[in-house]
Amino acid sequence: MPGAAIEIENLTKEYPSGFLHLKKKTSLEGLHMQVETGEVFGFIGPNGAGKSTTIKLLMGLIFPTAGSARILGKPISDVEMHRDIGYLPEQPYFYDYLTAAEVLDYFARFHDFTAADRKERVERLLKKVGLETAKKIQLRKYSKGMLQRVGLAQAILHDPQAVILDEPMSGLDPLGRREVRDIILELKRDGKTVLFSTHILADAEMLCDRVGVIVGGKLRGVGAPEHLVDMKTQGMEILFELTGASSAPLLSKATRTGERYRLQVSEEELYSAIDQLRAAGARILSVSQVKATLEEFFMDLVEADRAQASAVEVSGK
Amino acid sequence: MRRVGVVALNTFREAVRDRVLYNLVFFALLMMAAAIVVGQISIGIEDSVIVSLGLSAISVIGLLIAVFIGVALVSKEMDKRTLYALLAKPVRRWEFLLGKFGGLVLTLAVNTAAMALGLLLVMLYVKHSLERSDAAVLVAVYFILLKLALVIALALLFSCFTTSLLAILYTAGLYIVGLYVQELKNLPVDVMSPGAAQLTKWLAYLLPNFENYNVMALAAHGRSIPGALILQNTVYTVVYCAVVLCVAAVVFSRKNLK
Repeated sequence: MPGAAIEIENLTKEYPSGFLHLKKKTSLEGLHMQVETGEVFGFIGPNGAGKSTTIKLLMGLIFPTAGSARILGKPISDVEMHRDIGYLPEQPYFYDYLTAAEVLDYFARFHDFTAADRKERVERLLKKVGLETAKKIQLRKYSKGMLQRVGLAQAILHDPQAVILDEPMSGLDPLGRREVRDIILELKRDGKTVLFSTHILADAEMLCDRVGVIVGGKLRGVGAPEHLVDMKTQGMEILFELTGASSAPLLSKATRTGERYRLQVSEEELYSAIDQLRAAGARILSVSQVKATLEEFFMDLVEADRAQASAVEVSGK
Repeated sequence: MRRVGVVALNTFREAVRDRVLYNLVFFALLMMAAAIVVGQISIGIEDSVIVSLGLSAISVIGLLIAVFIGVALVSKEMDKRTLYALLAKPVRRWEFLLGKFGGLVLTLAVNTAAMALGLLLVMLYVKHSLERSDAAVLVAVYFILLKLALVIALALLFSCFTTSLLAILYTAGLYIVGLYVQELKNLPVDVMSPGAAQLTKWLAYLLPNFENYNVMALAAHGRSIPGALILQNTVYTVVYCAVVLCVAAVVFSRKNLK
């Protein structure tokens, strides 16, 4: 199905603040965004940037002050839309008196599945998220990471067309993060649309077709991770080891990690640097290009936002 | 309505697993002690004392559950954010609310039925037989259940727009006020200003009338309870609960979750 799976137009959320609620605090300001069908879209930003607010608005947990959004062609106010979407809340918490199998069965009952279908889905999903052996333990005894897995299982239990995940890697160990990444990639292979929020930029770079960067309630950039950052090579990095004592002048510019050294030079200086290092007895291990990362792009935006905020504060005083 | 049923059954399961029904043990101990003590200190009125004590215990225990758990039904789900994943399913907020209400009514129906059975057993022990007039006890128990359903609806309503503590205070306060609605109706409105008289009249009709549910004295003395009162209380409870739940649904449907 071509076209946008998620369409957001001028979505704004303001909360009353102050003692008499006369002031307003803007959590999200005029968000315009589209997530195409079948793509994995990462929503990145620092804590309090408006990521969860956007997701809660999409899920109908809070209501917009202005603007609108549609998921799979239906307005977000339409409850029937939820038949085709899955949602993982941030730091999910479920009924702690139920077991993982019971809570999944409970959620499955809101869809039109037969008892046999429900049982099969619950078993399959528990296996998929690695909770097969813990399925009969009440959730009150689960760790944060295990609850996150239950949350992921309930989000995809009904085979939704679009999946919205709020910080899906939160609370997971490296193995769990890897498993979640695999599930997201599997959803993509199955043609599902995935929107997930994260502040772990490496995950976004690894998984996303496109990312949206949100800072201070405003969307600051949307695009493929490699297009968002300046793709021009910023220099070359030489990784080398020293076989004996040496006093080459270049060595003072290198960074030592264990027995290895890293040296950044410009493209023009590369060959002369290699010659100097070899003359000094260095063993060259690798030479690679240095490019701007999504993290640098992200940090630039955050710093700019903070600088702007403090400028407003100063002028306000 | 299937989705309402799913929420209701889960609410019942939650109450059972949270050991809400453990109050039955307390009730059983109370009734056993009463059966022994009453037989020794009251001569000729054992059965009416037992009935009064039993019905009072059923009412108080039920009220405590209805107020405290009724308030927690929605607020706990919001505070613990268990509601988030649920509302992402194809379930409307009013369906969730109605399911929660139904689940606690079901819990209290089971609880009250178990206590009523206990009371009948104690009556049998004290009187050595049960008579046709003892059916009034069952009607009194039914009225207690109706009363509890109304209290749950009010607790749900208050918990939709205020904190748990205030919701408990409002529900308990309104229950106490509701016990004296008849007195409000009997106030001498002719000596009041027209505005105050009108206000008193409206309040007497708007406030929940919990006094109508109290037939403990009739049941204790084995007098029959008029069928018209049974019908009136049933209709009154259904209509009042429907109105309260509709208001709660409107409030809850517009609520921004944290």
